[in-house]
Amino acid sequence: MIQAADWVAIGLTLKLATVTTVILLLVGTPLAWWLARTHSRWRALIRAIVALPIVLPPTVLGFYLLVALGPHGWIGAWTTRMGWGVLPFTFTGLVVASTLYSLPFVVQPLQNAFEAVPDQLLEAAATLRASPLDTFFSIALPLARPGYLTATVLGFAHTIGEFGVVLMIGGNIPGVTRVVSVQIYDHVEALELEHAHALSGGMLIFSLLILLLLFSFQPNGRRS
Amino acid sequence: MNPTPAAGIRVTARIVFPGFTLSVTLHLPGQGVVALFGHSGSGKSTLLRVVAGLERAPHGFVQVNGTVWQDEARGLFLPTHQRSIGYVFQDAALFPHLDVWNNLLFGVKRVVNNPARPALEQVIEMLGIAPLLKRKPATLSGGERQRVAIARALAVTPELLLMDEPLAALDVARKREILPYLERLHRELAIPVLYVTHSPEEVARLADHLVVLEAGQVLASGPLQETLARIDVPIRLGEESGVVIDAIIGARDQEWHLARADFTGGMLWIRDPGVTIGQAVRVSVLARDVSLAAEPQSKSSILNLLPGEVSAMIEDTHPANVLVRVVVGPTPFLARITRRSVAALDLTVRKSVWVQVKSAALMESA
Repeated sequence: MIQAADWVAIGLTLKLATVTTVILLLVGTPLAWWLARTHSRWRALIRAIVALPIVLPPTVLGFYLLVALGPHGWIGAWTTRMGWGVLPFTFTGLVVASTLYSLPFVVQPLQNAFEAVPDQLLEAAATLRASPLDTFFSIALPLARPGYLTATVLGFAHTIGEFGVVLMIGGNIPGVTRVVSVQIYDHVEALELEHAHALSGGMLIFSLLILLLLFSFQPNGRRS
Repeated sequence: MNPTPAAGIRVTARIVFPGFTLSVTLHLPGQGVVALFGHSGSGKSTLLRVVAGLERAPHGFVQVNGTVWQDEARGLFLPTHQRSIGYVFQDAALFPHLDVWNNLLFGVKRVVNNPARPALEQVIEMLGIAPLLKRKPATLSGGERQRVAIARALAVTPELLLMDEPLAALDVARKREILPYLERLHRELAIPVLYVTHSPEEVARLADHLVVLEAGQVLASGPLQETLARIDVPIRLGEESGVVIDAIIGARDQEWHLARADFTGGMLWIRDPGVTIGQAVRVSVLARDVSLAAEPQSKSSILNLLPGEVSAMIEDTHPANVLVRVVVGPTPFLARITRRSVAALDLTVRKSVWVQVKSAALMESA
C-alpha cells in the first residue's frame, strides 16, 4: 500500500523535521530568553515578526523567501558569492524555510517557560556568585524544561505538517524536496486515492500520537 | 566607632522611581546587626538591593570594610555575583529543582577562594538543618525553608550578610521558631548584617544599630539605644515609643517570681521567665509605662523607682502629651506624660526626677 517513493518521502520528511527542530531550539533559545527578559523598545516588534508565520499564508512567506533566496535576491546573491549556489529547490533551502515557518511554535513555548522562572531565583543565583550565563544554564534552563518539551514537539510536528512553503521553496523533487504532504498532493492529483489514504491516515495517527504524548507529559501546567 | 575612614559600610544612593525617590547617605558600623527599619515604601528594601548590586543607583557609591563595590564617579560597578555578600530573601528563594544539600552547595561551588568545608558544616549545625539535606524545597515548611536560605547565604562565607525581611512571610509560630537562630547568628557571626524589617520586635531583639527610613530618606541612624531614645525624631517601634536596655541578670527572687536586671546606671525588677544569674538580656520599656515624680513615693504599687535627670522634652503627637527623655546614669528612658504633669512637676531639662517604671519586658535570652 505504501510505495518505495512514499518511504523516500517519509524519510525525507523526518530528516527535515529533525534538522529544523535542532536548529530551531538552538536559535530559539537565545531569542526566547531575550524576549522574556528584555525591556527593550524593540521587543514588541521582534515578537510580532516571530509570530508572523502563524497568521501569514504560507505562500506569502514562501514567495518572499523565493525572491530573497533566488539568484537575484540579496541572500541568493550572497550565497552565490560564497560558492554555495542558490538555495531554492534544495534541501538546505527547505530547512531555511521550515525554520522560519516553525519559529513561533518553538519560540513562544520557550518564552512562556522563561517568563515563568521567578526573577528572584535568578537574583538569588547572582548573590551566590553565579554569572548571568552560569545562572541561565544552572537555573533558567532546568526550570524551563517543560517548555522545551512543548517547543520540541510543536516545532517537529509543525514542520512535518507544512505544505505551502515547501511547495514554493522546495518544489517537488523526489528524494530532495518531496516531503509527505507534497507526496499526498501528488497522489490525489494522480487519483491514486488508496495511496493518499495510507499516507494521510499515517499522518493523522502520527500527529495525534505526538499531541497525546505532549499533553500527557504536562498534566496541569508547570511544576512547582 | 570607625578607626579608619575605610572601615564600616558606606552607602550613597539616589534612585528615582515613579512616585518615589530613594536618597540616602549612610555610614554604618562594620560589625553587628544594622536594622533598616521603616514602613513599606520607605525604601529599605531598595537600599538593600543597591548594596547587593541588584539595583544600580546612577550616582551610587558602596564601600564595605575597605572594599569599594560601586563608585559611579570612577565608572566602577561590581555586578552582584562578584560581591562578597550573602542575601536572604523574604520568601527564601530556594531553587526548586535542587534538594537542600545542592541548594547549599550552589554558592559554595562558585566561591573563587573555595573556603573549607567546615564553614558549611558549621552553618548546617548552627541552623539545625542536618535532617533536611535530602529534601526538596517544596516539602519544607516556611520556617525550614527560611533556615535553609539563611544557611545557603552564610555557606559562601560572605563579608556582609543582607537580610530582606526574612521573617515577614512567616506566621507567628514560625517567627518564634526562627528568632532564636537569628539571635544565635547575632552572637556568633563576625560579619556585619544589614537587616531589613518593619517589625519593632525584631529591631528590639536583634539590632545593634538602627537606621530609620521614611519615604526614601534617612530619618535617623545611630546605635540602637541612643536612636530609640532620641525624641527629636518620632521613632515609634509600632504604636509605642520606648527604649531597649541591655542588662545582666543580677539576682532572682524565687518567692515573688521576679528577676533583677542590672544595667549601667541602675537595675530593674522584671517578671522572671526562668532566667539564670549572669545571663545577658534585653529589656524593653515603653514610654507609656514610665511616669515621673518629684519625690520618691514609698507607698506605691510601682516596683521600679530609679533616680534620673531630664535630658530633653518634646511635644508628642497628641497635644495633651509630652515625651520626656530621662537618663538614669548613662542609660536613657522615655516617658510619656501629660503637659499638665510637666507644669505640676515644673519639669525642665537637667532637673532631677524619680523615674517610675510600671512595666518592663524581657525581649531576649542571650
